[in-house]
Amino acid sequence: MQKIKGKGKVNEADVKEMTREVRLALLEADVNFKVVKQFVNRIKERAVGQEVMKSLTPGQQVIKVVNEELTELMGAEESKIATANKPPTIIMMVGLQGAGKTTTAAKLANYLRKQKNKTPMLVAADVYRPAAIDQLNTLGKQLNMPVYSDGTDKNPVDIVNAGVQMAKDNQHDTVILDTAGRLHVDESLMGELLQMKDAVTPDEILLVVDAMTGQDAVNVAEHFNEQLEINGVVLTKLDGDTRGGAALSIRAVTDKPIKFAGMGEKIDQLEPFHPERMASRILGMGDVLSLIEKAQTNVDEEKAKELEAKMRNADLTFDDFLEQLDQVKSMGPLEDLLGMIPGAGKMKGLKNMQVDDSQIGKVEAIIRSMTKAEKVDPKLMNASRKRRIAKGSGTTVQDVNKLLKQFDDMKKMMKQMSSQMTGKKKGKGGMQLPFMK
Amino acid sequence: MSFFRKLKERVTNQTDSMTDKFKDGLQKTRDSFSEKMNSLAAKYRTVDEDFFEELEELLISADVGVNTVMELVDELRDEAKLKNVKNSRDILPIISEKLTERLDFTGHDSELTMNPDGMTVILFVGVNGVGKTTTIGKLAHHFKQSDQKVVLAAGDTFRAGAIEQLAVWGERVGVDVIKQAEGSDPAAVMYDAIHAARSRGANVLLCDTAGRLQNKVNLMKELEKVKRVIQREVPSAPHEVLLVLDATTGQNAMAQAKQFKEATDVSGIVLTKLDGTAKGGIVLAIRNELDIPVKFVGLGEKMDDLQPFQAEQFTYGLFQNMVEKEED
Ligand SMILES: Nc1nc2c(ncn2[C@@H]2O[C@H](COP(=O)(O)OP(=O)(O)OP(=O)(O)O)[C@@H](O)[C@H]2O)c(=O)[nH]1
Ligand SMILES: Nc1nc2c(ncn2[C@@H]2O[C@H](COP(=O)(O)OP(=O)(O)OP(=O)(O)O)[C@@H](O)[C@H]2O)c(=O)[nH]1
Ligand SMILES: [Mg+2]
Ligand SMILES: [Mg+2]
Repeated sequence: MQKIKGKGKVNEADVKEMTREVRLALLEADVNFKVVKQFVNRIKERAVGQEVMKSLTPGQQVIKVVNEELTELMGAEESKIATANKPPTIIMMVGLQGAGKTTTAAKLANYLRKQKNKTPMLVAADVYRPAAIDQLNTLGKQLNMPVYSDGTDKNPVDIVNAGVQMAKDNQHDTVILDTAGRLHVDESLMGELLQMKDAVTPDEILLVVDAMTGQDAVNVAEHFNEQLEINGVVLTKLDGDTRGGAALSIRAVTDKPIKFAGMGEKIDQLEPFHPERMASRILGMGDVLSLIEKAQTNVDEEKAKELEAKMRNADLTFDDFLEQLDQVKSMGPLEDLLGMIPGAGKMKGLKNMQVDDSQIGKVEAIIRSMTKAEKVDPKLMNASRKRRIAKGSGTTVQDVNKLLKQFDDMKKMMKQMSSQMTGKKKGKGGMQLPFMK
Repeated sequence: MSFFRKLKERVTNQTDSMTDKFKDGLQKTRDSFSEKMNSLAAKYRTVDEDFFEELEELLISADVGVNTVMELVDELRDEAKLKNVKNSRDILPIISEKLTERLDFTGHDSELTMNPDGMTVILFVGVNGVGKTTTIGKLAHHFKQSDQKVVLAAGDTFRAGAIEQLAVWGERVGVDVIKQAEGSDPAAVMYDAIHAARSRGANVLLCDTAGRLQNKVNLMKELEKVKRVIQREVPSAPHEVLLVLDATTGQNAMAQAKQFKEATDVSGIVLTKLDGTAKGGIVLAIRNELDIPVKFVGLGEKMDDLQPFQAEQFTYGLFQNMVEKEED
């Protein structure tokens, strides 16, 4: 298949101009300036020399790279909360003053009960902030969930010990510890957290960070992580209009996942964190990003059109076929995919169809063992070629034969279909793809 | 350098313990900033592009904001050229001067506006968790010490434990708190509080409100209504609308200042949590763009951890190490 023609390559001048803008955008989004510096350098390396996609300017092509890198930095998938082998699972909330620990403790308890069928309880270990215990008790009442507290005269270490014991006694499988807000540079209070950690060895220590945090986010995250080895981060107040660059800074300096996002003050406004959405929010170049997305779709559409033309002429090659397979694979399990096509279940040939994902690997291996000429013209195949291909792909000659037959059938089918499309005749159905059982 | 000496003298002449407190509180913050400033000055003998670039980064790391930093550094570039400054040591006083200038136009606008005839009403606004309630406790203590009769209004009827929190502060400081049940209308609480405070002969009424993000239209409307009710009951009130900003906050503080100013005509800022390592540099940009002065700084969680803001001290804090080094 012919390569989609681009507009030449991204040169250094393009990159220089764009990275200036990207640098500004990221700084305005509160990404730490050191993180920005590293990031921009990486972009420079990656972007120079890239092929520029049709309908994009070189500058936009650079932004495409930026967005990809950002998404990668933010981390691939959503992360989960650890579960203790022996209950209860202990979760400890830590962070600066006013970040949202107490609120998030209650939200998380609610989330785990609703979404994960857990039976959590809360522990009020903030003995410093005025009415911190009242706050957690009120939230516990709203949730109809037990809260362990023991006034403000006790040592927080004793409180968490007793709280965890209560969870064990009453068969709660999860216990969430609310701790007082503290500065990362407050040695005695950081020491107290460490004592609490040593006392109950939490399964999750979650650092709660306000999404509006500025350049200082790196210091905060670094300190808390160094001293407590946090397991993850909760980013609160994301219902605001902050770009939330702190998320990127934290990822860059701790490499710990951001697990949840606080989306409001109410008790059910906690969501699993979506790294990819955060990347585009931080960059804040919505217009350019949707343009890039469109360009990407156009490329895919163009490819589809080319393919359609080939189908019509039935001059499909194995290369096209491989490409199709790749696209299909990137969409997820085949069965799910077919299930999504409206009416697919009712189509005759597809009705009892079963997809064998493992077969796809075989098919790919066979095709990759073919020479260029063989891929374009399967008629070249003779016994010795087939043996060579089977050997090269770790399959059998029968497998190769099967694929060739199916490929041939498919081409015939396409011819039929395209004449149907033009001639509007009623089809017979019953297409058999090479990776179906 | 004469400028530094002058600055130092003026700051030391403010004899009260406040200066020390302010300096102590700022110490941690400023250490890192000043260290960087020093290493910057030591590293570069000449004022060149690299110097300005690093200065840019230094200010950006203090959350001053990209635009303000670029503007400021451009000005400095011009000035360096004009005055033919070659040595980085000589440009530092100019930087300090510029920062002070930007923070303080008149020299004394950190003072609170008090009602000359009757009760002074101060409304506190801001996003969630910045320190509104705590600042009210601290300020109540401050007024009480100068023999004012203070009453607090528990206008946050939404957040769990908010009323109890203010009540604890009232007890600590020894002032009355006017409150209603959780979930009641905050405007009604204000109405009540004004009348209760009057009948108790209060000089100062400090009004707490629920934290709200500035992009929540309905909540901002609610705040406007709270202010209208206060205005209706005391025509000259509120005498101050104080926006509480967390020094840890980055560029979003500008959006906060803009939106809260539009909704409630903010008259001053309280910059909290300056006892941490965050620098709160965004107040420079806010001062510049919206002309809202900083009136107080929060330096901890205790009753007396509140100090009047002074631009010179703020700048002095930034350059403290440098001043001391120069004296050797
Ligand atoms: N809009 C919004 N507000 C939030 C969110 N999470 C917490 N808050 C609010 O932020 C404020 C502070 O929350 P808390 O849970 O008290 O914070 P904390 O970390 O426990 O505070 P300290 O115990 O004083 O350190 C409250 O007004 C909460 O309602 C969120 O995701 N969105
Ligand atoms: N270190 C430090 N902590 C502060 C300062 N001011 C307030 N805090 C702490 O910040 C947290 C939040 O303070 P609050 O006064 O509850 O904040 P708020 O704005 O009333 O919060 P909401 O009503 O929930 O929006 C508490 O733990 C306070 O003790 C300060 O200047 N320094
Ligand atoms: Mg709390
Ligand atoms: Mg409050």
